[in-house]
Amino acid sequence: MRRLPARRWPASARIFPSITRARLGHTVAVLLTITSTAPVATDLGFLLHKHPGRVQEFDLAAGRAHVFYPEADERRCTAALLLEVDPIALVRGRRAGAPDAFSLAQYVNDRPYAASSMLAVALGRVFRTALAGRCDARPDLPGRPLPLAIHVPALACRGGAALAERLFAPLGWSVRATAVALDPAIPAWGESRYLDLRLSGEVRLADALNHLYVLLPVLDDAKHYWVGIDEVEKLVRAGQGWLGTHPERRLIAERYLAHRRGLVTTAVGRLAEVDDTEPEVLDNAVPDDEPAEPAGIPPTADTLVATGTLATADTLVAGGTQATAAGTADEASEAVADRQPGLAVQRRNAVLAALRAAGAGRVVDLGCGGGALTGDLLDEPSVTQVLGVDVSHRALEVAARRLRLDRLPEKRRDRVTLIQSSLTYRDTRIAGFDAAVLMEVIEHLDPPRLPALERCVFGYARPGTVVVTTPNAEYNVRYPGLPAGTLRHRDHRFEWTREQFRQWAAGVASRYGYAVRHEPVGPDDPEVGSPTQLAVFTDASDSKAVADMTGGTAETNEASAKTNEASGTTADDEAKGEAA
Amino acid sequence: MSDTLTEASATVPATEPIRLGIPAMALVVLVGVSGSGKSTFARDHFGPFEVISSDYCRGLVSGDENDQAATADAFDVLHYIAGKRLAAGRLTVVDATNTQPEARRKLVELARAHDVLPVAVVLDVPEKVCVRRNAQRPDRDFGAHVVRRQRDQLRRSLRGLAREGFRRVHVLHDEREISAAVVVRERLLSDFRHLTGPFDVIGDVHGCRAELEELLEALGYQISRDSSGRPVDAAHPERTAVFLGDLVDRGPDSPGVLRLVMGMVAAGHAQAVPGNHENKLVKALSGRSVQRTHGLAETLDQLAGESDEFRAEVLAFCRDLVSHRILDGGRLVVAHAGLKEAYQGRASGRVRSFALYGETTGETDEFGLPVRYPWADDYRGPAMVLYGHTPTPEPVWVNNTMCLDTGCVFGGKLTALRYPEKHVVSVPAHRVWYEPAKPFPRPGEDSGRREPDLLDIDDVLGRRGVETGLLGRVTVREEQAAGALEVMSRFALDPHWLLYLPPTMAPCATSAQPDLLEHPAEAFDAYRADGVARVICEQKHMGSRAVALICRDEQVAVRRFGVAEDAGGVVYTRTGRPFFGPETTAALVDRLRATATAAGLWDRLDTGWLLLDCELLPWSAKAEELLRHQYAAVGAAARSALPAAVEALTAARGSGLDVDALLTRTRARAVNAEAFTEAYRRYCWPTDGLDGVRIAPFQLLASEGATYQDRDHGWHLDVADRLAEAAPDLIETTRRLAVDTTDPDSVAAGIAWWRELTEAGGEGMVVKPWDNLVRAGRVPAQPGVKVRGREYLRIIYGPDYTEPANLDRLRERRSLNRKRSLALREYALGLEALSRVAAGEPLWRVHEPVFAVLALESEPVDPRL
Repeated sequence: MRRLPARRWPASARIFPSITRARLGHTVAVLLTITSTAPVATDLGFLLHKHPGRVQEFDLAAGRAHVFYPEADERRCTAALLLEVDPIALVRGRRAGAPDAFSLAQYVNDRPYAASSMLAVALGRVFRTALAGRCDARPDLPGRPLPLAIHVPALACRGGAALAERLFAPLGWSVRATAVALDPAIPAWGESRYLDLRLSGEVRLADALNHLYVLLPVLDDAKHYWVGIDEVEKLVRAGQGWLGTHPERRLIAERYLAHRRGLVTTAVGRLAEVDDTEPEVLDNAVPDDEPAEPAGIPPTADTLVATGTLATADTLVAGGTQATAAGTADEASEAVADRQPGLAVQRRNAVLAALRAAGAGRVVDLGCGGGALTGDLLDEPSVTQVLGVDVSHRALEVAARRLRLDRLPEKRRDRVTLIQSSLTYRDTRIAGFDAAVLMEVIEHLDPPRLPALERCVFGYARPGTVVVTTPNAEYNVRYPGLPAGTLRHRDHRFEWTREQFRQWAAGVASRYGYAVRHEPVGPDDPEVGSPTQLAVFTDASDSKAVADMTGGTAETNEASAKTNEASGTTADDEAKGEAA
Repeated sequence: MSDTLTEASATVPATEPIRLGIPAMALVVLVGVSGSGKSTFARDHFGPFEVISSDYCRGLVSGDENDQAATADAFDVLHYIAGKRLAAGRLTVVDATNTQPEARRKLVELARAHDVLPVAVVLDVPEKVCVRRNAQRPDRDFGAHVVRRQRDQLRRSLRGLAREGFRRVHVLHDEREISAAVVVRERLLSDFRHLTGPFDVIGDVHGCRAELEELLEALGYQISRDSSGRPVDAAHPERTAVFLGDLVDRGPDSPGVLRLVMGMVAAGHAQAVPGNHENKLVKALSGRSVQRTHGLAETLDQLAGESDEFRAEVLAFCRDLVSHRILDGGRLVVAHAGLKEAYQGRASGRVRSFALYGETTGETDEFGLPVRYPWADDYRGPAMVLYGHTPTPEPVWVNNTMCLDTGCVFGGKLTALRYPEKHVVSVPAHRVWYEPAKPFPRPGEDSGRREPDLLDIDDVLGRRGVETGLLGRVTVREEQAAGALEVMSRFALDPHWLLYLPPTMAPCATSAQPDLLEHPAEAFDAYRADGVARVICEQKHMGSRAVALICRDEQVAVRRFGVAEDAGGVVYTRTGRPFFGPETTAALVDRLRATATAAGLWDRLDTGWLLLDCELLPWSAKAEELLRHQYAAVGAAARSALPAAVEALTAARGSGLDVDALLTRTRARAVNAEAFTEAYRRYCWPTDGLDGVRIAPFQLLASEGATYQDRDHGWHLDVADRLAEAAPDLIETTRRLAVDTTDPDSVAAGIAWWRELTEAGGEGMVVKPWDNLVRAGRVPAQPGVKVRGREYLRIIYGPDYTEPANLDRLRERRSLNRKRSLALREYALGLEALSRVAAGEPLWRVHEPVFAVLALESEPVDPRL
């Protein structure tokens, strides 16, 4: 097997490279103000450990933070935290050993202006004591709820004002969030992902700061920094006393811990940027929420819970009942019900059943993606060899980790191979298998490229059995969340009705000498059929296999069915050789 | 090749040299007991790397040349090395005792596996000489009994060597003969590389004498006749005919065809390779029993009317034909049924079998005929292969191979290909001479479209070097290819359409001007330093790079590019992705085609298709998502955050805090953010389908048989202007200014022009050598250098890049070398792709440099350059 080169992983330091001397050029922007209207409002200065009469500066990894008081009298006292992010120093120009971190998005981004994880980091540094709820000078103060007003003029928020309401309101805040227009000159573009957020409520200052510390990055939910095990501890610490009972605790934990692809480091991502496209649009072979980090670092909140790492915070997620994959409203439109675990499992089971019926021992999983089916195949005792093939290098890395290739017992390890290849290029390595599976693959190809796939798989690799699954477009009306006329996945190039799939399958079978039968997968709706459709192609020159085909309709191509007596031509095999 | 057994006779005086003929590509197996002088013999007659010694291999694996325990491993190594050499077609000599049949059998198998001839050279030296020599060597401590046993094995083997498969056996009996031996390397019988043509390669004749005469006359051959008026020779003053076999059977006059071709071959006016029908005729004429089917009966009947002498000549002629021929320095291979690369220039039973019969899949089709394996689909060899055997209605190129059997005897036509011109010449059959087993399409009948070429994963994956005419070998690293494969497979157009991907372009050197990163003076200076006096400044359009391939009609698309019939062209991005969906693309292609027609380009350039380098406007047509998510978002966040920050700071100052510096900075940032927003807005305007879309062509890349990198940019822009005149509502002209880099006034005018462009909101300009492709010493000069405007760069470097401190830091880190090198490599690959297209090379050859450009684009280079 082709060895997969080890991926270089960004260390958190790469995103927050240390600025040796932030002399000049700071971009002033990220702003947060906290106003107290308590009877002795200036007590806020004691609580924050920052004197209202002074302007203080703090050097941080991401830039420089300033704390000052726009107003400070007995009735009303406002502290402002202004973070100057230096976008030029934010990215070190050329670093030895990390040349592949180049990405245009690093240079032009909203970080200098928008409240996000960087502001949370600054908050943690500048108000560390206040966050901990300590005030040695006035020990009576921290325990006391204060009438507070918080203003964040540019809050990056994926999920809109509604999500900000959902996250802050249960904590006792009255929430006023206004969406900021993307560009007033181009109204068609609508709203940006920023909110002008104003919170008010009777809250202890330490709680308020902790709420912000946790929820700013959760709302932002953007590519931020590397999440390691220490982030879990931070979350547990900052969430004490409020996160465990928060109705959205699961979403908060998942987003906070969701590990993000830090920077675009893949070749595919760079090619996207070359073409003025966001990296995620092309580098999407496996979803971001697939575990994609080196083994050893727990990938998701679920795993953390499972492994007991979050033992101290088990209340955090214990009550969580939401689906795991897509927790938020705006994700739901992209990942529709089709991707619910139930159907995916049924689909894999249907494929496995078809392979069992065909008696396939050597199986090639074409377009194996993250390796879910590859893993199932490995669990089938009758399958002696599995070849997982994908065009995406990143998908293969995910698959390799999911299958734990590096620590499988040797016997099991010898049964599986992962290779990068493309179904529109002929590849001898995929030839000679008993069966090939194209599970939810063809709909990711532009229709003009399908003939090349057909020739490569059915004409050239020519497995005895080919199992193909694809969505049934007719069934889409049964998904309430899916607007009419849209496809189930952003990368789908088409979705076929049952008739369209049958026509395609019959054409392929006749051109390449296969017999084909069809099966539904998932609930078979009398009107629109099943959500997934499955076709089993059997090499028609293998007459016994064709005869064995049961169920469904076997459409055998006559011309190519009678090919058995043919034999190789040699120099002595003149009668055949001379037939021309 | 005939088997020979040279027994150097004792009567030959030792002083006379004994010639040992060795085929130039062979596995030479030395046979002789320990101490018989094999190593000395090998050293005397062969090159140091040609000889592989078992003793040496023992040393390699064990550290001791005489460690008999290491023998098995040593022979593994020996066979491995020999296999690598034979695979590369290199003569190889095995220096081992080889007295045991088992040892020789493995070597014969190895030779056959690589289709080279096994040759045995036996050193039959008296036992006592060997024993004496061994005794003199301190490292050989085995006794005389070992030598005796080996010699017994040798004596028993001698007679059977030819039967074991050795195609030549040379036996040297004593030291005198050994010292008199001279190795003579012989050219392989298939090796005619020294003949350079020009050739006329003629497909299957099958007894169609009249058509053959007509074809030869059409090709300009003068036919000579005997007293009975029968053609016996045909000659051309400059050219040689090459017959691809199957001269006989089925047709009306096989003897007549033989008489003519044999005459031409004898006179040196033609060459021939055998077909399967000649092979069978040899058997029939030799008195062996064969089925008189597939037209053999007719031939034998016709020959019955000829003299015994003529039949004997026919037998000798057909019997001595060699399976295939390598011609013209290895650039041309002819074989009746074709020949895959690994078999070219080789000699073995299976090579001959392939050349005569081709390869079959082991299946038969609906007419009971064997299904042929489409070896040509896999063919990646550098040599052109011309062949016949399988009747086809029209000859077509498949990966630099062409089948010239156009079914004359079935009523098709008789075809020749002129080499090296690649012109096809045909004459129609007079009638159907023989009914084929499966229907042969009549001339003019639709024969069905040939399936387009299929690319192989090995054409692109892994570390590769692509040879370019401009820069030599350009390397693509494995991980770059891996990334490009995903984009090419999942997002790009069908590779049949992708004749070219545009190279990246370097910016000018960093300007030292206080408020700028880029300034035209740098570009002019650089070209002047490269010796380029005349340059052209072209307005840089505010859109996306686009390549447009426009066919004159759908049939051209099908015929020339092997794509589906519903499209007559494509418009794609710099990574090969379509800009629009199928309908909008078709509409755009239609309009571009009409524009080209109105501009008279088809006739002016004598072509059925055009490949244009363009800019597609507006940028938002392609990059709206990016503009919204990245650029507009920055503006929105800044617009919301900065006024609030200014307000807070103003209040703080009002209460006496010292925030003046912070406030000043913050206000400046607010201004910068506004300028940033203004900058990106210039790239956005609404489009709906094609409404609002503009195309600015600036260079003609290729048309049928032609590339245009040698035409100056004045010519290219003239073509663009004609298009713009023809469709002013779609085609945007490119503003331009010629500058003489050696004339200060002209340079000043160029700088002023750039200022005017950019101050009016333009993106900037591109400076190119007026003459287009020019060299600066050994390497080509940069084909273009961009000089971008100050405001445009705000979207690249961020709103605040113009702050002096930021500019200083940016200048410090701006390093252009990688970008320049990348630009040149991609330029060389792009031109290579175009020249391969123009030369009509197969798809995989065109795809190779195109894919390489995409792969190189994933190289991590500062994306702001």
